[in-house]
Amino acid sequence: MYRNTYDSDNTVFSPQGRLHQVEYALEAVKQGSAAVGLRSKTHAILLALKRSTGELASYQQKMYRIDDHVGIAIAGLTSDARVLSNFMRQQAMSSRMVFNRPIPVNRLVSSIADKAQVNTQEYGRRPYGVGFLVIGQDKTGPHLYEFAPSGNSYEYYAMSIGARSQSAKTYLEKHFESFADCTLEDLIRHGLHALRESLQQDKELTINNTSIGIAGPASVHEKDVPAGGSFRILEGEPVEVFLKSMVPKETAEAQAAEAPAAEAPPDGAAPAQAGDQDVSMAE
Amino acid sequence: MDHFPTSWGRPRTEAYDAYNTFPLHQRPNPGHKDAFAEGVQRTQQPIVTGTSVLGILYKDGIMLVADTLASYGSLARFKSIQRLHPVGSSTVIGASGDMSDFQYLQTLLEELIIEEFAEADKHELGPAEIHEYLSRIMYGRRSKMNPLWNSLLVAGKKDGKRFLAYVDLLGTTYSASTIATGYGAYIALPLLRTAVEGKEDTLTEEEARKILEDAMRVLFYRDARSLDKYQIAIVNDEGVTISEPKKIETEWGFAEGIRGYGAQIQ
Amino acid sequence: MPDGSYAHPQQRQFNPYTENGGTILAIAGADFTVIAGDTRQSEGYSIQTRYAPKVFRLTDRAVLAVNGFAADGNMFVKKVKQRLEWYRHAHAKDMPLRAIARLIQTMLYAQRFFPYYVYNILGGIEEDGSGAVYSFDPVGSYEREACRAAGAAQSLVQPFLDNQIYFKNQQLPPGQTRPLHLSLSDVLSIVIDSFTSATERHIEVGDGLEIYVVLAKGRGPQGLEAVRGAQELTTNAEGDRVFIVRRELKKD
Repeated sequence: MYRNTYDSDNTVFSPQGRLHQVEYALEAVKQGSAAVGLRSKTHAILLALKRSTGELASYQQKMYRIDDHVGIAIAGLTSDARVLSNFMRQQAMSSRMVFNRPIPVNRLVSSIADKAQVNTQEYGRRPYGVGFLVIGQDKTGPHLYEFAPSGNSYEYYAMSIGARSQSAKTYLEKHFESFADCTLEDLIRHGLHALRESLQQDKELTINNTSIGIAGPASVHEKDVPAGGSFRILEGEPVEVFLKSMVPKETAEAQAAEAPAAEAPPDGAAPAQAGDQDVSMAE
Repeated sequence: MDHFPTSWGRPRTEAYDAYNTFPLHQRPNPGHKDAFAEGVQRTQQPIVTGTSVLGILYKDGIMLVADTLASYGSLARFKSIQRLHPVGSSTVIGASGDMSDFQYLQTLLEELIIEEFAEADKHELGPAEIHEYLSRIMYGRRSKMNPLWNSLLVAGKKDGKRFLAYVDLLGTTYSASTIATGYGAYIALPLLRTAVEGKEDTLTEEEARKILEDAMRVLFYRDARSLDKYQIAIVNDEGVTISEPKKIETEWGFAEGIRGYGAQIQ
Repeated sequence: MPDGSYAHPQQRQFNPYTENGGTILAIAGADFTVIAGDTRQSEGYSIQTRYAPKVFRLTDRAVLAVNGFAADGNMFVKKVKQRLEWYRHAHAKDMPLRAIARLIQTMLYAQRFFPYYVYNILGGIEEDGSGAVYSFDPVGSYEREACRAAGAAQSLVQPFLDNQIYFKNQQLPPGQTRPLHLSLSDVLSIVIDSFTSATERHIEVGDGLEIYVVLAKGRGPQGLEAVRGAQELTTNAEGDRVFIVRRELKKD
């Protein structure tokens, strides 16, 4: 089997200046099912594809609430995500305890990025095998961040992570300029369209395999959302109305074909990599 | 601390003095050199103290006032101490009680503000956050039976919202439109409440200043630990300003006519 | 207390407690609970503020009233709220009332040798839809009751409640039985009367009154429509609902 000389210890650089263990950790993120995040002037939202190991099994949890104003979608090792999300919850609570202030989203993301960085440098550790999309709102408005096991975190207008997420990214890159002024309903529709791109050929988005996370004021389809719009996760029946709002794929492609600079077919956009396939992970 | 002057300024262990450059035998046994070191020293009473701080809301913001005296018991020990302290760009705190504990709090807050500034992310600690933080510190220390012996006022204005609140050595907190600490709670507060309550949104800066100056004058007449030199802190949309020390205008002529005290016989 | 003499050893110690006055009260009905407290905070003879809440909504069906040493009270409520948040994270639902009651007991008893100097009254709706009141002492002893008053004016209010809620010392006319539960409007009248009376006779009670009303799921707002200024705090009209009613009390 293929083996790399510089990959058994993450604290050792390869001669090319790379940390192979860290790069493998980034591959672990791509093993998880896709998650998409978008941001408008008023909202930040997450959409995620939930996997099930079979007819008899339940669907995996893809989103976690961190605090009233923050939530995450994960791709990769669920157990690592649990550890990190617990840490984020502690940070959020500590901010409320000490300053009576909801923690600024960027600082929350930095705190886990710092934690992840330590694992890329200290001997005897391993990087986290999970990536997050973090959404939240604070005094500076709605935000979307990506967190990666390499210890990087960046803010985005729109982003996707996980298996076949390149296809979703292609969709987002094509449309992101219109997101800022979108209504929540339009934003979710864009998100679903992007998420759909990450599906395998024979699969489709259903109320069972789709999660929607929202930070921001209530949608016309939502009930009982507190003023200010704290983070909430929509699953099951409440998702249906949004799924129905999607433009069928054939129609959408036909429209795209009419446009002068048509994008490459979504599947072709995804680089052919071993780790970028829709495989279910052993938990 | 080490109470033996012979060990001051010297390395603490032999490990740092391999060549015996100073006469170890002349010093007390380094293992038990300090009779106090094993016990924990805690504040049992304030030593150098400041008296009342007053605070009121007015139309455009908040005003605090405190005199500049730090007393050592009944001795007017330091006559030019600043007891009002800006924290960040929208908050000011005023302290009565132990001045060394207050100056320790100032260093804590300074550290906090630097950390917050270093984040450089447009989030800033406002008066409410500073007050919460101070409350945690004060309550935490009282719970260790090692209090910071102060009564503090926290005042500020952020995002158009005025804030005035109190916290003391027990961690007790409250908020009101007029607050006074120490002796001021008995003497000045009734005057302030009459002058301010219900008029928080109409009082002008000049009116508010006059109310506080009058209250400080009454305090100076009656509080034996006060001084006729004071500073006023104002927080409004422009930020925090702390005035230069000013004199209280007083009138003692009436004292001539008072009989029944002191050396007079009639 | 130290007397300044050097003739004998004396202990001087910082006292970490104080009393901040005020009174709280809760009454359970068949399918509702009312939890109330005045808003004055005082120390000695000084009124510190006329508005410092002592009653806190914890969930859509639980309200906690805290009375005694205000700093301990506020910290305790803060810690209870954080424990409930962790429960929400773990179970994706609110903690049931009886579980909150047991949580409060363990949290109070954990501080058995440096107690939170507070008297807690927890009110709300049980999982079976009944109104419930739990009352605690500072170190965690607790029981479920139909009504309880605590705080500065407990000795004034509790006998009044015994008479009005439990019908103690009342001779009912022959053939008439006492109702098992009072109506919401009757309970609200008793609560308001309790506080106006306590304000008259106790110097530490007054300024403002906050009354929380928790209604069981499916129960209509009957008894509350006529109440001036009732404001709903919950957003889900299908579940248990929490309302707040504010009243002025005398400020002298």
